[in-house]
Amino acid sequence: MDWSQVPELTWESNKLGVLPALFGLIISVPLGIVCVRWRWLYPPVLSTTSVLYAIPSLALFIVLIPYTGLTDTTVIIPLTLFSLCVLVPNVVDGLRSVPDPVRDAATAMGFGTLRRLVQVELPIAVPVVIAGLRVAVVSSISLASVGQLIGVSSLGYLIVDGYQRAFLTEILVGGGLIIALALVCDLLLVLVRRLLTPWRPRRTRRQLPEVVAEPVPALAGGAR
Amino acid sequence: MRFLSYAWDWLKQPAQWHGPDGIPIRILEQLYYTGLSLLIAALIAIPLGILIGHTGRGAALVVNLANAWRAIPTLGLLTLLAVTIGFSAVAWVSALAWLIPLVVLGIPPILVNTYEGVAGVDPELKDAARGMGMTSWQQVRKVEVPVATPLMVLGLRTGAIFVVATATIAAYIGLGGLGRYIIDGLATDNYGEVAGGALFVVVLALAVQAVFVGVRRLAVPAGLRQQARRT
Repeated sequence: MDWSQVPELTWESNKLGVLPALFGLIISVPLGIVCVRWRWLYPPVLSTTSVLYAIPSLALFIVLIPYTGLTDTTVIIPLTLFSLCVLVPNVVDGLRSVPDPVRDAATAMGFGTLRRLVQVELPIAVPVVIAGLRVAVVSSISLASVGQLIGVSSLGYLIVDGYQRAFLTEILVGGGLIIALALVCDLLLVLVRRLLTPWRPRRTRRQLPEVVAEPVPALAGGAR
Repeated sequence: MRFLSYAWDWLKQPAQWHGPDGIPIRILEQLYYTGLSLLIAALIAIPLGILIGHTGRGAALVVNLANAWRAIPTLGLLTLLAVTIGFSAVAWVSALAWLIPLVVLGIPPILVNTYEGVAGVDPELKDAARGMGMTSWQQVRKVEVPVATPLMVLGLRTGAIFVVATATIAAYIGLGGLGRYIIDGLATDNYGEVAGGALFVVVLALAVQAVFVGVRRLAVPAGLRQQARRT
């Protein structure tokens, strides 16, 4: 088994997993804010993202090939679209979770709409948004390996190469590294959340695992 | 739309519509793989979800399982089983090479949603059921399961997304279905065939979703419909 290419492939997988989640975040924060402000927009936005989400990744890669070629972009665009299905609802739920008295207090202190949004509402939404981001990153990393079938390189290369040579070890290493990479990114996001929300109590011993306390991600997202 | 014109050029050829590798057969194959896998996944996940939701035991396990499941690379699971048991001379053993991954990927969304649906039933509703003299089994059958149906259907729908997508990718390990066109077309640099296959996959995936929207209408009890519409 040739280990020399593993670092580069891991970096590729990392890129194909993190960039879509990041782009997804950049799109879904303003989209979520708009959906909270004008409620009637939310149902159509939600339907659109869930329809996009239902399209198999491989088929969506193929649709993009005539436009973006066999490049990373062809993989990043569909994964970004998939991430919206998790991120937009989480941004909306996060913003809606801001208690009315908190909002009123900010207004009473003389905060304008924008300042209240940036300094009060978005910080309170951070835990829920990051819960969505975790789902998006983990599923993008594992989905990116499908891109290997159209020749976009990542750790998926080890899986495909291992299959073609009927070399079990290489498949296991490829799959194992993808899972490990996903777990590392997941843990980093938990750390980011702790740093961004220092006011939240640390987990005490009797509490259920982290995931139980955070809504939504159970319903959507995932490897395909 | 260059994609559509490629796809159209390919699928308007009469040859694509006949024989064992014609489009109708491939569609039926894809529906068969998807339907069978989803059925098995549901038969495992729904009773288990109800049990866990009703008793509350193993809840943390379910949620963690669902999270871990997202990290599983589909392609890795498929090739892993293809290499280990896919070349078996016994037909049903080699069939497990595609059936296991499809079922495994279909289970978590159904399980988690069933569990959440049953566990999330209003405690006052459960108290009322008990107060009316219902046995534990009656509570499950007459109260908890009906109230949980919207989430169960959502779970099945999400499960179907993964199963359809994975069945497409499974063409890479030799499975039939619409994914064949994509994989074979890629191997022979025939973009028309690839595009035609992808177009049918997209249409099929959306049709399956539409079916579940219909199922939801039929399966959700009348008393819940208004509430379901509000959420």
